[in-house]
Amino acid sequence: MTDKLKIGEQEITNRFFTGTGKHSNDSIIPQLVHESGIEVVTVALRRVDLTSPEENILHHIPKGCILLPNTSGARNAEEAVRIARLARACGCGDWIKIEVIRDNKYLLPDNYETAKAAEMLVKEGFVVLPYVSPDLMVAKDLENAGVAAVMPLGAPIGTNRGLQTKEMVRILIDEINLPIIVDAGIGRPSEAAEAMEMGAAAVLANTAVATALDPVNMAKAFSMAVEAGRRAYLSGLGPIKTEAEASSPLTGFLS
Amino acid sequence: MMKGGIKISFYHTYERMKGFDFKSYWDGLGDADIQRALSKTTINEMEYLTLLSPRASNYLEKMARKAHRLTIQHFGRTMQLFTPMYLSNFCSNHCVYCSFSARHNYMRKKLTLEQVDAEAKYIAATGLKHILILTGESPKHSPVSYIEDCVKVLKRHFDSIAIEIYPLEMEDYNRLVDAGVDGLTVFQEVYNEETYQPLHPRGPKKNYRFRLDTPERGCRAGMRNVNIGALLGLENWRQEAFFTGLHADYLQDKYLDTEISVSIPRIRPNVGGFTPKYDVQDRHLVQVILALRLFMPRCGITLSTRESPDLRDNLVPLGITKMSAGVSTEVGGHTEDSSGTGQFEISDQRSVPEIKEMLLSKGYQPVCKNWEPLDGAAGW
Repeated sequence: MTDKLKIGEQEITNRFFTGTGKHSNDSIIPQLVHESGIEVVTVALRRVDLTSPEENILHHIPKGCILLPNTSGARNAEEAVRIARLARACGCGDWIKIEVIRDNKYLLPDNYETAKAAEMLVKEGFVVLPYVSPDLMVAKDLENAGVAAVMPLGAPIGTNRGLQTKEMVRILIDEINLPIIVDAGIGRPSEAAEAMEMGAAAVLANTAVATALDPVNMAKAFSMAVEAGRRAYLSGLGPIKTEAEASSPLTGFLS
Repeated sequence: MMKGGIKISFYHTYERMKGFDFKSYWDGLGDADIQRALSKTTINEMEYLTLLSPRASNYLEKMARKAHRLTIQHFGRTMQLFTPMYLSNFCSNHCVYCSFSARHNYMRKKLTLEQVDAEAKYIAATGLKHILILTGESPKHSPVSYIEDCVKVLKRHFDSIAIEIYPLEMEDYNRLVDAGVDGLTVFQEVYNEETYQPLHPRGPKKNYRFRLDTPERGCRAGMRNVNIGALLGLENWRQEAFFTGLHADYLQDKYLDTEISVSIPRIRPNVGGFTPKYDVQDRHLVQVILALRLFMPRCGITLSTRESPDLRDNLVPLGITKMSAGVSTEVGGHTEDSSGTGQFEISDQRSVPEIKEMLLSKGYQPVCKNWEPLDGAAGW
């Protein structure tokens, strides 16, 4: 199946993205990436320590992966822009996942500040992937600003509550002419598959993998589920019927 | 308007609950009440109080399992490491339980900027990137300008600088935030206002209300992290833990963009030999940690080296998210000769590599760096 996801100049085969947070040991990341064929890995710039080889999280991300630095910790557009610039300056490339959160209770993204940061960073030549609460108007603005994809949450970060925002995500998939990547809240591979069946372009999950008893196998399970969901979407799912088709049609006499 | 400009204050919450008949409430609880609180996804303040009850102490294992699960979910298997650096022990307060009290006669010390740099180099060589700087309360010896100068030196070595100094007005916190401070730790010590007074008989710390509103001034000044706590042992620990949790919840509700965390210090031996009135046993400390985690699943919980290595190791999975390592509570304790006048006796003497090794062996990742100062990037 030659079905590639194109973001910026990159073509991606594995539509399951993961992150580097919450792992008990970063050295598990290369194994997890290799065994699942993961291509896109997000990393919080605030965790990157260029002065310490042993603790530098970048050393655990295999060469060939697309690095998606994120602005975790930013509380407003200005901080997000500064973090993005620092990420680029320390060699993390041009991709940036904008995360602006000033809510420490639910960790919900601030769409307004995110849109402001997105506009600036697109102008500075970044490949911008903003993390948002699914809202059509904000997604339209982001599309107009020139972002590369939109990343709506399925449920609040780290909750493993699944695709709670399903209807809103469906609207984004229908209306936005960009890849829609479901990010955050996805707790099970079946939920990732469901998002893909709906037409999501990719799924990102971190907590569900990092806090599993066996993160390597869980990453593989997610990759497989995402692939299955994508294949189902491309194959054209049959319509859901509420009743069986009557063998003697009521209007048969008309023919 | 109050000094500090805070009209609505946690003091109103305190006043609402201070006359509460805790004993009758706890005596009236049955097992079903504890089980109900344990079965809920989120609990309210009365259910938090329920989990702090004597009866709930029969449910520590169940509480621990839930607290562990919530902590892994929200923080992963990670532990933020930091270390304190004592800049000065000049103090004009008379806190009866503290070695720095002005009542005690010994040679006071304050680090020069060169000494700060030497201590910083020594600590930074361990790989730690988060530092907490401390002073006694003496605006004369360690004025805000001195703290600012120290911060400038420390910024060369650390990515995150927090302060645990005397309470300031908001404008002074603004100055320190501008200089590069991103965290504030301030302990109320005792929430019970009547107990507070005799324990703090003289000095500026006598002002209960000004201290109580201090974390809030820090939030308003733009601190990224604000850490509060009660010194357990000075009053009934169940009530003190209750008010600490309410305070943290109040701050987190009101200042969504500040990360609120809680320390759970127990009083330790100190110069002057103060004996605490309340005996806070290990199982009590555990109950405080667990109840707090269940009440505020996303709240950071900080554990100091006051506790023994064995207990600290066992507390790791119960909800702790931040630990100190390689600690000295003396001014210049890493590079100067010891004078035996630390703020309190530490119990866990392990070095940073030893703490890291312990965490890794328990399946936890030690995190030395979790912030990147933003002033390196071009302006807005």
